[in-house]
Amino acid sequence: MNRRAILLLLGVFGLLMALPLWASPYVISLATLFLFFAYAGQAWNIMMGFAGLLSLGHALYLGVGAYTVAALYDHFTIGPWLGLWVALALCGSLAAALAALAFRYRVSGVYFALLTIACAEFARIGFDHFTWVGGSGGLFLKVVESDRLDLLNLRGPPAMFYYLMLFLTGAALLLSALLLRSRAGYYWQAIREDEDAAAALGVNTFRWKMLAVIISGAITALAGMFSAFYYSNLFPEQLFHISRSIEIILGPMLGGIGTLFGPIIGAALLTVLSDGATELVAALGWDVPGVKQLVYGVVLFAIVGFMPQGVWPALARKLRLAK
Amino acid sequence: MSFDFPTLLNVFISGLMTGLVYGLMALGLSVIFGVARVVNFAHGEMMALAMYTTALLFSAFRINPFIAVVPIAACFFSFGYALQRLVLRSFVARPQHMQFLLLLALAVVITSTLLIVFGPDARAVNLDWLLEPVVIGELLLDQAKLYAAVVACAVSAALFAFFHFSYTGTAIRACADNWLGAKIVGLDVDRLYAIAFGIGASCVGVAGCMMILLVDVTPGSGPAYTLLAFVIVIVGGLGSMSGALVGGVLIGVSEALGGFFMAPSAKSMISFALMIMVLMFRPRGLIAEKL
Repeated sequence: MNRRAILLLLGVFGLLMALPLWASPYVISLATLFLFFAYAGQAWNIMMGFAGLLSLGHALYLGVGAYTVAALYDHFTIGPWLGLWVALALCGSLAAALAALAFRYRVSGVYFALLTIACAEFARIGFDHFTWVGGSGGLFLKVVESDRLDLLNLRGPPAMFYYLMLFLTGAALLLSALLLRSRAGYYWQAIREDEDAAAALGVNTFRWKMLAVIISGAITALAGMFSAFYYSNLFPEQLFHISRSIEIILGPMLGGIGTLFGPIIGAALLTVLSDGATELVAALGWDVPGVKQLVYGVVLFAIVGFMPQGVWPALARKLRLAK
Repeated sequence: MSFDFPTLLNVFISGLMTGLVYGLMALGLSVIFGVARVVNFAHGEMMALAMYTTALLFSAFRINPFIAVVPIAACFFSFGYALQRLVLRSFVARPQHMQFLLLLALAVVITSTLLIVFGPDARAVNLDWLLEPVVIGELLLDQAKLYAAVVACAVSAALFAFFHFSYTGTAIRACADNWLGAKIVGLDVDRLYAIAFGIGASCVGVAGCMMILLVDVTPGSGPAYTLLAFVIVIVGGLGSMSGALVGGVLIGVSEALGGFFMAPSAKSMISFALMIMVLMFRPRGLIAEKL
């Protein structure tokens, strides 16, 4: 990254910091959604982008994270700031168990992707019947005076959630940048490019792949925590559904898999695109369910077909931001 | 819980018959993977498409699903053939995940199109003359399931015959076995891949026609069937024809028994548990053989 890039990054960050001062509630909600997908996309990118492990079941960590923090809050009045550590630990262990089984038995490629889907689906049906957290009927968090700021219990105006997500997204960007330059990052890229060659050079591929899955899974739990407190209601059908997993991967796919800024750019483009499509459809009077998903499908089709590298690499070259 | 042997046997046979239709659907996936090495993530969505088409033909034109199956199979063959020939061919040399992300995109497009066109409500085909069950002693066979299973068996048998006795079928197996070798002896590999994809797609078409006689369809059924098809072929062995049928029957029966002993909505947990166990201990599937 050169100086131009750093200046631009600081500028964008400052703009985002100041956004709630002038933006309408609708714009803030859109920006929050964008940051949510930027964050979750970065989490997913650590696994797929850095280490080359395709997960199509990240909804698993999203859901487990959301339900853990929400259930602790609802049943034992344990605040989210304490609960999030439980969620991190739980999702990390879950990811570790999944990855250990998969890598120990040499489940790789498409089989690995299918295993991640199967685990997420398994959890979805499991939570549908898990009556302690409401089963398929959903779990609802008590909402009290949504405009009073109660940071301790994550209750407050939309701007608070916006800043929470902005902080998380920034932290994830920093974490990704550090990881990519660390020993782990170089090992991951070696494994991604050629696992056998990496192993032959003495890289303990099992251990490093495990690390990628654990970090990615654990930090996705925080996206779950956000989603639980932002929406205040949790349904297995929504949190664990495979379409949630697909939504998470769309951002990094569009922005550029394995790049630092790809997931963020991709999430921004997608938010604008899907909102634009929704508005357009509403303006034309075709307000039927499914249009947004159709747009997503067509976008994914177009990226894979015509722009497999994503938007960011080309954009970075154009803006002369690359090294 | 009170149950007796005939009840259990009825549940078992009902699961077996459904399982054969599942098997035919999974057979399509297995042929597509075994030959063209394409992981068809849009398989269940194609199934849902076939189910909707059958329901539409029945409700709009009163076309019997057992007749509609022929044109639908033909349409699906052309669709699969064109998809492989025009789109997927250029993905052979790209990283594998690009290919199944492309099919994932196709899946999303099909599902959302179905949602836009047909709305979120469930569609079904109810034929009056299929309501009366066939009674054999204490066994009650659901007619719809019986005929669906017979069609599934007939189509599977025809495919076995095609792949083992016809020239084209043997050539397709040769491609699956050794792509380079097949090319060297002068086979038109691209065309054979496309035919294999077409055959796989028409399997789904037929399976969808039969499945709409047994259960309702909603736009959300697609992803569920994709998962089901993958569970079946992974249990049976990806790329193996007999494995797909065995896996289909196994999953069909375990779902039926699971629905009987546990909550019906939890039945697919058994299939997922089965798949996770097979992936762990026998990753190539129960019957790991070449097509």
